[in-house]
Amino acid sequence: MQSDYAVIGGGVVGLAVAWGLLKRGRRVTVLDGDDGSFRASRGNFGLVWVQSKGLNEPRYAKWNQMSATAWPEFAAELKASTGFDVALEQTGGYDLHFSDEALQARVSQYERLKGQLGGDYPYEVLDHAALKREEPSIGPSVTGAILHHQDGHVNPLKLLKALADDVRRLGGHMLVGKSVTDVNKTDVFQITCSDGSEVRSEKVIMCAGLGAVQLGPKMGFLAPIRPQRGQILVTEKLPKMINRPSLIARQVDDGGVQIGVSNEEVGFDDNVTVDGISSIAAMAIKVHPALARVQLVRTWGALRVMSKDGMPIYHQSKTMPGAYLVTCHSGVTLAAAHARYIPAWLDGDGQAPNLEVFGEDRFAVSAA
Amino acid sequence: MKIDSLFQPLEASSSVVDFEFDGQTLQAPDGANLAAALLAAGVVTFRYTPVSGAPRAAFCMMGACFDCLVDIEGVHRQACMCQVHAGMVVRQIKPESDDE
Repeated sequence: MQSDYAVIGGGVVGLAVAWGLLKRGRRVTVLDGDDGSFRASRGNFGLVWVQSKGLNEPRYAKWNQMSATAWPEFAAELKASTGFDVALEQTGGYDLHFSDEALQARVSQYERLKGQLGGDYPYEVLDHAALKREEPSIGPSVTGAILHHQDGHVNPLKLLKALADDVRRLGGHMLVGKSVTDVNKTDVFQITCSDGSEVRSEKVIMCAGLGAVQLGPKMGFLAPIRPQRGQILVTEKLPKMINRPSLIARQVDDGGVQIGVSNEEVGFDDNVTVDGISSIAAMAIKVHPALARVQLVRTWGALRVMSKDGMPIYHQSKTMPGAYLVTCHSGVTLAAAHARYIPAWLDGDGQAPNLEVFGEDRFAVSAA
Repeated sequence: MKIDSLFQPLEASSSVVDFEFDGQTLQAPDGANLAAALLAAGVVTFRYTPVSGAPRAAFCMMGACFDCLVDIEGVHRQACMCQVHAGMVVRQIKPESDDE
């Protein structure tokens, strides 16, 4: 059996792309990893986040905004076809601050970006009293916050489940427990797996997150990505106490408060550490003092997929035309854009957005 | 008041103590597992969930599921991870009384 597209990676990024390709009538095979794979799709914080991204590259900020805008329809479509409510809420989110200086510094960055985006950057600055009216649980050491109205959050596990279900429903071939060892191209692509099986396709999309570090160079990609660990805590289920998400805490649809998050350069190690979770907990209690009395249910670590500049990579291989690298840190935020716009770009559709700024050539330039 | 319980102790204990659940005085062996003691006393609702208000009791009995949460002196604890001691004051968690 031969597909139009083989997608290596069955996480949120690969499934969103596969879903969009299936909607365009393509035949798609998805190769999902095994139990040893690092799975950012199962460990992430679940934000659909616009603010603070692309401060030095307005086209990246714009790309996040395009995805945030496409999210409601994407979520509604998933719900209609799978029955899964991914609990999308886009009523804004906070960047919390503990000093006026830090907040002002951030505001001047936002003002510059807002100008570059033609004014489309809807945020407001809340002082402590204004924030307290919005979030009564906020503690005294939070001096203020930036409320950005394009931010929000989802239940990322329901998103993953809904996408996996719908890819199957749309006729996608889902192969699980596959560890891809080699990709070759003659007249078609041959993708070899460690169990000896082989998949053939016209085009191949590398969406394997950190798996691209090993496999990418074989396909002609630089794949300059690295793992960055984040540790996350989740509490017992609680009555509504947090209205809008921040980078520090969000209350999920089933009542638990999810608390994050660290940024650690520790290689391929997704363990939790006592120091890590205790400092994350202390920060959360500083922001929401009532959390000091609640029970933690679980903690976990996961690895972000970080490029050198933090932006996504969308790139067609020069040495292996028809092979594409699609990878990013913000797979949840960008899921709607990946589903709606990336398939058109892969198909060579003239309507596709120009993604040149996200190509790998930017790394070659900076290295020169 | 005697409540029917589906649970029975395997052996009689020599040191039974009084403790309180939601204003009611119950008895259990000193140091007994609190979740087991509540079940043995016929308690079927340890708490109500904060979002939907559904009743919950102990399920896994090994510290994993967090369904057996009770209020012990103002703190939510897993009953299956606590021991009974004399005079212990335990309350059922109810959504409306939860957030003081």
